[in-house]
Amino acid sequence: MVLTIRPVAAALFLIFFSALLLDRAQAGSGHYYPPVTDKLTQDECGSCHMAFPAALLPARSWQRIMGGLADHFGDDASLDPAATAHITRYLTDNAADGAGSRHARKLMRGIDQANPPLRITELPKWVSEHREISPREWKSKDVGSKANCTACHVDASKGYFEDD
Amino acid sequence: MKTLSSMLLLLLGAAMASAVQAGPREDLLDRYAKDARANDPGFTSFSATRGQELHLARHTTGKPDTPSCSQCHGDKPRNAGRTPTGKSIEPMAVSATPTRYTDAAKVEKWFRRNCNEVLGRACTPAEKGDWLAYMISQ
Ligand code: HEC
Ligand code: HEC
Ligand code: HEC
Repeated sequence: MVLTIRPVAAALFLIFFSALLLDRAQAGSGHYYPPVTDKLTQDECGSCHMAFPAALLPARSWQRIMGGLADHFGDDASLDPAATAHITRYLTDNAADGAGSRHARKLMRGIDQANPPLRITELPKWVSEHREISPREWKSKDVGSKANCTACHVDASKGYFEDD
Repeated sequence: MKTLSSMLLLLLGAAMASAVQAGPREDLLDRYAKDARANDPGFTSFSATRGQELHLARHTTGKPDTPSCSQCHGDKPRNAGRTPTGKSIEPMAVSATPTRYTDAAKVEKWFRRNCNEVLGRACTPAEKGDWLAYMISQ
């Protein structure tokens, strides 16, 4: 009896432990940011560029972005008030300092809490992670813009931003 | 009782007739045609040729980096386009993307944004209708 229980217990322990490790790997590593799950946000914020995961910016940045959609980095991305309110709530709830915090700790390092940047690509940690990319690579036809994450992170729409 | 049932029949008939001919795309074109006629009593019908000209022309009145509709949507409507940020856009030709222009609010939202970017002003109802006629004909 004892002999049969032991391997089962060991297997269970192993499964439990590796699940824990996997979860840790996703949460702490700084390369997994859960994709947008809200349909309206996906539709309205995912047509000109990928719908950026909420955990890539703190709530205050999202609030400022959502408060200025009529002049959105030079584009008119304005929406009706109901849609704006809905999307603002989704993004701030899941922001880097909200429900997304366990994924975002690394990326939030060194930011000015009171006045965080509007752009993901201006977060100090984002800049340092990308410092080895040359101006020529940024300007290449396939990339075109720093905000074109999917050009380099092929699984970005699934939430993975690895070196690939 | 008799009048009631004949009225019901009439209603049913009307509902079926409208289901047959008028989809959301046709409703939208009707609306643009009405507005175009109100602006210009000489208006007769939309033209896919004028729509194509609008689509391909390089305008100087909007944002310098987006002088043309074809900048993002490409010059062949049956092919996919691409935004400046690198996101792919499904083809604008109805034959290639059958769900296009079936949501009037969506169409109006993008005409507002894109005409402003490319032309520096709103598109007229006639321009919208011509452009849609072109995309429907492709
Ligand atoms: C009409 C097109 C359009 C729509 C719609 C749009 N954006 Fe953008 N967005 C842009 C452009 C253009 C940029 C600047 C890209 C660049 O610098 O190359 C941008 C940049 C951004 C950035 C900064 C990216 C960076 O550089 O780190 C964020 C964040 C962002 N958008 C969020 C949103 C959100 C949230 C929504 C939905 C409410 C939205 N966008 C909808 C066009 C759009
Ligand atoms: C030109 C290609 C390119 C583009 C565009 C790009 N990245 Fe990266 N990114 C990289 C590379 C390469 C690395 C790996 C750097 C390293 O490991 O030294 C990286 C690393 C990262 C990391 C750190 C991953 C980790 O394991 O810690 C994050 C997060 C990230 N990118 C997010 C983004 C986001 C968000 C965008 C779009 C706003 C973006 N990247 C756009 C190439 C790119
Ligand atoms: C800066 C890039 C850009 C330019 C320039 C541009 N568009 Fe668009 N357009 C988009 C994007 C992005 C969408 C939304 C993506 C989608 O519907 O797949 C869109 C959608 C549309 C739609 C709505 C489609 C639908 O399914 O309802 C219409 C209509 C439209 N554009 C017309 C135009 C016209 C007319 C011009 C020129 C005056 C133009 N666009 C120029 C990027 C652009």
